[in-house]
Amino acid sequence: MLRIKKLKARVKDGPEILHGITLTVNAGEIHAIMGPNGSGKSTLARILAGHPDYEVTGGDVHFQVNGEWQDLLGMEPHERAKAGVFLAFQYPVDVAGVSNVTFLLAAYNAIRRARKEPEADAFEFRELLVEKAALIDLDPSYLDRAVNLDFSGGEKKRNEILQMAVLEPTLAVLDETDSGLDVDSLRIVAEGVNRLHAAHRAVLMITHYQRMLNYITPQFVHIMMDGRLVRSGDAQLAHEVENRGYDWLKETA
Amino acid sequence: MANKIQTEQLQQRGREYKYGFETVIEQDTFPKGLNEDIVRAISQRKGEPDYLLEFRLKAYRWWAQQPAPTWAAVEFPPIDFQDIRYFSAPKSMARPVNEAGEVDPILVRTFQRLGIPLREQERLTGVAVDAVFDSVSVGTTHQKMLAEHGIIFCSFSEAARNHPELVQKYLGSVVPPTDNFYAALNSAVFSDGSFVYIPKGVKCPIDLSTYFRINARETGQFERTLIIADVGAEVSYVEGCTAPARPENQLHAAIVELIALDDATIKYSTVQNWYGGDAAGRGGIYNFVVKRGRCAGKRSKISWTQVEAGAAITWKYPSVVLLGDDSVGEFYSVALTNNQMQADTGTKMIHIGKNTRSTIVAKGISCDQSKNSYRGLVRIAPGAENARNYSQCDSMLVGDKAAANTFPYLEVSNPSAIVEHEATTSRISAEQLFYLQSRGLDTEAAVSLLVNGFCKDVFKTLPLEYMVEAVNMLELKLEHSIG
Repeated sequence: MLRIKKLKARVKDGPEILHGITLTVNAGEIHAIMGPNGSGKSTLARILAGHPDYEVTGGDVHFQVNGEWQDLLGMEPHERAKAGVFLAFQYPVDVAGVSNVTFLLAAYNAIRRARKEPEADAFEFRELLVEKAALIDLDPSYLDRAVNLDFSGGEKKRNEILQMAVLEPTLAVLDETDSGLDVDSLRIVAEGVNRLHAAHRAVLMITHYQRMLNYITPQFVHIMMDGRLVRSGDAQLAHEVENRGYDWLKETA
Repeated sequence: MANKIQTEQLQQRGREYKYGFETVIEQDTFPKGLNEDIVRAISQRKGEPDYLLEFRLKAYRWWAQQPAPTWAAVEFPPIDFQDIRYFSAPKSMARPVNEAGEVDPILVRTFQRLGIPLREQERLTGVAVDAVFDSVSVGTTHQKMLAEHGIIFCSFSEAARNHPELVQKYLGSVVPPTDNFYAALNSAVFSDGSFVYIPKGVKCPIDLSTYFRINARETGQFERTLIIADVGAEVSYVEGCTAPARPENQLHAAIVELIALDDATIKYSTVQNWYGGDAAGRGGIYNFVVKRGRCAGKRSKISWTQVEAGAAITWKYPSVVLLGDDSVGEFYSVALTNNQMQADTGTKMIHIGKNTRSTIVAKGISCDQSKNSYRGLVRIAPGAENARNYSQCDSMLVGDKAAANTFPYLEVSNPSAIVEHEATTSRISAEQLFYLQSRGLDTEAAVSLLVNGFCKDVFKTLPLEYMVEAVNMLELKLEHSIG
């Protein structure tokens, strides 16, 4: 579903951060990318969503939409969302004046239009939203509040998962969604991800710690260091990193 | 030939401003400069009664003694008032015209292009329009139907001739000719504008509106609007305005006076889209306007809504004097500045009667290198028992070179008053835009969501069709600045 080949990228006019990433994610798979701070994990996540601050200097990324491979890097951020890519932000942005429900209805219908599915009206959409919010233990009052404004760190992350649950992407990229969460929130967020997971979907988790993986079990774990994937393995690799840290990988890289 | 080339250049210049065209038409234009003879000539041209000439001359003599004010947070080189023409009218309009059917086809086409059909069979059904071209009103629609309700809706010149008792009684009663420099200037040289009288107990069945078009070069537009709602009357009035895109500045100094008697309601909405100059700050209209309403009667209500998206400089404070007990004043404003535009706008709510209430909701959006200031006065007079005011002033910055200021003034002389003021400043960031886009919204939809969210409390006070127009106008300008 996702094919990243020799991807090189930098912050616009800055030094290169990704030095050639190659990664394939198939439908039904859960991948985790782990690595120390500054290794380029979040850069990769943001580039997949089309963040304007980054510039791709080499390689390519293809994404499968309805069985057809498309050049992901040639698409605008909104086109990627419509194609089925979702990025759960590490630092969700607040939007004053725009309520959660207004924002999500606009996004939901934009994506429905792109998929040639009928649009929802405000009433049926609210029902859907209330139902999804209950699953992640988010009080319905949050739906009428401005997007992420004055939300706690954990509420912001849960709001990201709510958006994911509503927009139903085929590829969910979670950028350190576990950071800043207490144990209960972590469990709720993980359940939200597991609930969405299906044979035609895939998850790419960016994480610093292994603890999220106690709730979501990846088939593949990749270690990123200095802009390169230095090792890939199964869930066992995450435990090894948890016990031994990252330094031993530096030597073997 | 020269005219044609000029027109093409103008269109080129105003690519983002589709109203920037110029109508090529023979105009009867006064020589540059201002003196008593010019004032007399304007009055004579309009066939005015003596009382109006006296009114003008008094204003002129006071004005000639005054220095131009400089206290607003806007910057511009001193205006040479002797380098402006004070009257310009299409030659075909030499004789007064009442029905739109008689209007010069060139003018009909001009207004058609601005979205204001004047011909009987094409005109808008839900709204009556007075179309003002430079210094004259070229036509007013739906007059007959309105007359059946006893409503007078006509050009100011017509009112001065046909309804002298009303004009004489109310002209200058809210904004005296010596109120301030630009009010005096307007009182001396005002050329046309609209007049509305809604008789006792009548609710005006359709919206009334005036469309102001500046066309002639080097000419100022000085119009005057006077609206009187008699006891128990109701009216919703809307004004729109545009001008050619030119490299020089042009002055627009208008006066609007509203009078609401007992239980009367006046709702006055403005969608202002004067040419605002180019990215380098060349050209655009100086929009220096005095707008004031008097809630003269008990339980009367005056509500201003303005969406200001144009003009190189906007300098105006639509205000309400709350004289009648239990009267209500409202001010809802969105002011958007882009390129190098400057706006110093807000309101004054003067509470004099008992139990008077006022609401101020002001939203400023500053883009590019523009400067946007809210300036507002809430005054509670000693006798204004139980007065209430709520003010909310929000600024939104787009980019990091724009400026926003808030200057709230409070003068409370009665201890029973409750006055609340809230202010916020926010910024549309690239990160915010990306966040919305990453959920499937294209730039247009994302900007629309942000603007609507920021301005919804103001937009919802506009009549529906004008709301759509105002939203589109703001989105277009913002996309250009964010894009």
